[in-house]
Amino acid sequence: MSGKKLLLENIEIPGIETFEIYRKSGGYASVEKALKTMSPDAVVEEVKKSGLRGRGGAGFSTGLKWSFLAKPEGVPRYLVCNADESEPGTFKDRYLMEKIPHLLIEGMITASYALGANQSFIYIRGEYMWILRILQQAIAEAHQHGFLGKNILGSGYDLELVVAPGGGAYICGEETALLESLEGKRGNPRMKPPFPAVKGLWGCPTVVNNVETIAAVVPIVNHGGEHYASIGIGKSTGTKLISACGNLVRPGVYEIEMGLSVEEFIYGDNYCRGIANGKKLKACVPGGSSVPILPHYLVCKTEAGQDRLMTYESLADGGFKSGSMLGSGGFIVFDEDQCVVRNTWNFARFYAHESCGQCSPCREGTGWMEKVLNRLEHGHGNLRDIDLLADINKKIEGNTICPLGDAAAWPVAAAIRHFRDEFEWHVKEPQGAQKRNYGMIEEKSTTLA
Amino acid sequence: MKTHTDTSNKYSEKFEFSPESLAKVNDLIAQYPEGKQKSAILAILHLVQEENGWLTINAMDQVAVILGIKPIEVYEVVTFYTMFHIEPVGKHVWEVCRTGPCMLVGSDKIIEHIEKRLDIKVGETSADGLFTLKTVECLGACGYGPMFQCKGKNYEHLTTEKVDELIEQFRNEAK
Ligand SMILES: Cc1cc2nc3c(=O)[nH]c(=O)nc-3n(C[C@H](O)[C@H](O)[C@H](O)COP(=O)(O)O)c2cc1C
Ligand code: SF4
Ligand code: FES
Repeated sequence: MSGKKLLLENIEIPGIETFEIYRKSGGYASVEKALKTMSPDAVVEEVKKSGLRGRGGAGFSTGLKWSFLAKPEGVPRYLVCNADESEPGTFKDRYLMEKIPHLLIEGMITASYALGANQSFIYIRGEYMWILRILQQAIAEAHQHGFLGKNILGSGYDLELVVAPGGGAYICGEETALLESLEGKRGNPRMKPPFPAVKGLWGCPTVVNNVETIAAVVPIVNHGGEHYASIGIGKSTGTKLISACGNLVRPGVYEIEMGLSVEEFIYGDNYCRGIANGKKLKACVPGGSSVPILPHYLVCKTEAGQDRLMTYESLADGGFKSGSMLGSGGFIVFDEDQCVVRNTWNFARFYAHESCGQCSPCREGTGWMEKVLNRLEHGHGNLRDIDLLADINKKIEGNTICPLGDAAAWPVAAAIRHFRDEFEWHVKEPQGAQKRNYGMIEEKSTTLA
Repeated sequence: MKTHTDTSNKYSEKFEFSPESLAKVNDLIAQYPEGKQKSAILAILHLVQEENGWLTINAMDQVAVILGIKPIEVYEVVTFYTMFHIEPVGKHVWEVCRTGPCMLVGSDKIIEHIEKRLDIKVGETSADGLFTLKTVECLGACGYGPMFQCKGKNYEHLTTEKVDELIEQFRNEAK
C-alpha cells in the first residue's frame, strides 16, 4: 500500500479552510472541468466507471443510484447531502467538513451539475452547529468567486446551496427520515417504494448521498473514474475515511486505501499504533455500532485464515457467522478489560432511545432488548434471558419500515454468538460481573486467548 | 411535554421575536422555495433556544404563527428532537455523551464525577441555576472522548481534573 490520499491530501496546508488557499491548492478544478468540458451525463459516466460506493454505510453503487434519478419534465430535482453522522463510532464527516469544508462544497457543485439540480441541501446534525457555520462561510466565499449562484463560470448553470440543521435524532440519518426532517416534520422514515430517486424531497426526484461520497466525486472528475477504480481491490475502489476510536494508542480519522490490512490499520505506525496502555485486543466493531462485533481472533484474520482487509468484501467475509461489515467506517476497538455485555447493553439502550416508534416490532423490541440486557449486565438476569434476546431479535428482523430495527437486532445476535460464555458468566457469577464492570480491571475475559 | 395546552403559569411568559431575530428568521425562511417555509422550523427553533435557553409554549406558538402552520405541528417537531428543551434549564447545559465508544474510555466515571461535584443527578439543575446535567447519545466525537457539549461547543478528552477546572471556569465567568 502506498498510502495514497485523495480526500485529505491537502488537509495539513495552513489555511486550507479558506477559499483562497483551497483554490491555490488546486481546489474547484473539478467544477471548471465538469461545467466547461463535460456534459452532466459524462460526469455520471465517470462516477459509474470509478466504482464508487456510498460511504454512508450501505455501500450502494453511487453511479447506479445517480442513473436511477427520475427526470420528468418541469419538475425540479434535488441533491441532498447526508451530514447527519450519528452512528456511534463515526466522526469522519465532521473531520472532513471542519478541516476542508470547500471539498464538500466543490463536490456538491459538481454532483449537482451532474444530476441537474439547481438547489441542493446539506442536512447536518444539530450538534454540529459550529460546522454548519463553517460550511455557510465556505458557501459565501464560493458565491463571491462565482462558483455558486447564477450562470456559474459562464456555463449557464445555476445552483444555490442551503445548509439545514437537524435537531438531535439518529434516525434522521436514514434517508427518508432525513427528507421528512428537511421538510420540517418529525423524522419518521417513509415506506419504500417509492424511492427518493422518484419521490424524494417535496415529492420530487432526489438523490441522498453521504458527505464522503460527495467529496469523492472531486478526485473522480479531476483524474477520471478509471484512475479512481485503479486504487483499491476488486469492488472496493478508491480510498475510505475511517474514524477509529475506543482503546487505541492513536484514535482519529485516517484516509486509507481500500485493501489495507486490518492488522496494519490497528498496529501500524502510520495508523492507530496498537492498543492503548499495552493491553491486548479483545474485540472490534469495524463499521459503526450497527455492524456485528468480531472477537479478537476474527479481527485480523478471516475464519478461513486469510488476512482480513479493509474492504467491503473482506470485512464481510464469513457472513453472519464470522464476518462483519465496513459500514460507515466507525472502527471501535475494545481492549481486554472491556465488558462485551455492558457494551451490548449500551448499544441496545442507544437503539431503544433512537427508535422513532413507528413500527411496534422496533419500538417494543428495542425496549425489551435494553431491559433484558440491562438486567443481565447488572447481575439480575437468568440463562433463559440469553435465548429471550434471540427470540426478540427474530421478531424485529425484517418486520420494520426502515433498517434501524435490524441495525439494533443484529449486533446483539453477534455479541451472543461470539461471547456467549461472557453472558452466561454474568448470570452465574453476578458479583464478579458487577465488580469487573466497575473497575473493569480485576477480572480478565474468559474468552480472551 | 405532558399536554399540548398551556396549563401552567410557568409556561406563560410572553414571547416575542426581537426585530433582529425576526430578520434572521426571515432569512432562514427565504432559503426555501415558495410555500416550503416549514422547512426552516428546526433552524428557527435552534435560534429561539439559543436566545431563550429553552422553548416555552408561547415561543412555539409564535413560531407557528410565523411559519403559518398549526401550533401542534411545532409541538410535534419539538418533542421529537432531543436537542430542544421544553422545561426550564440552567444557564449552562452540559450534555455528556454516554454511548459505547465514550464509555470505553471512561465516560461513566466522568458522569459520576460531575454528579458529585455539582451535587446533582443526571437530568437535574444545580441549586445556583448555573448547570444542568444531561446525558446524550453519541455526538460524533468518539475518538476524542470522554466529552460533553455545552452551547454548541465541545469539551473533549475529559479527565476528572479537567472537569474540575471547567466547573471552576464556568463559575468564575458567571460572577
Ligand atoms: C438508522 C440509519 C441511520 C443512518 N445514518 C446515516 C448517517 O448518519 N449518515 C449517512 O450518510 N448515512 C446514514 N444512513 C444511510 C442513509 O440511509 C443513506 O443510505 C445514505 O445517506 C446514502 O448515501 P450514500 O449512498 O452516499 O452512502 C443511515 C441509515 C439508517 C438506516
Ligand atoms: S424500524 Fe424503528 S426507527 Fe425504523 S421506522 Fe420502524 S420504528 Fe422507526
Ligand atoms: S460515543 Fe461519545 S461521541 Fe461518539
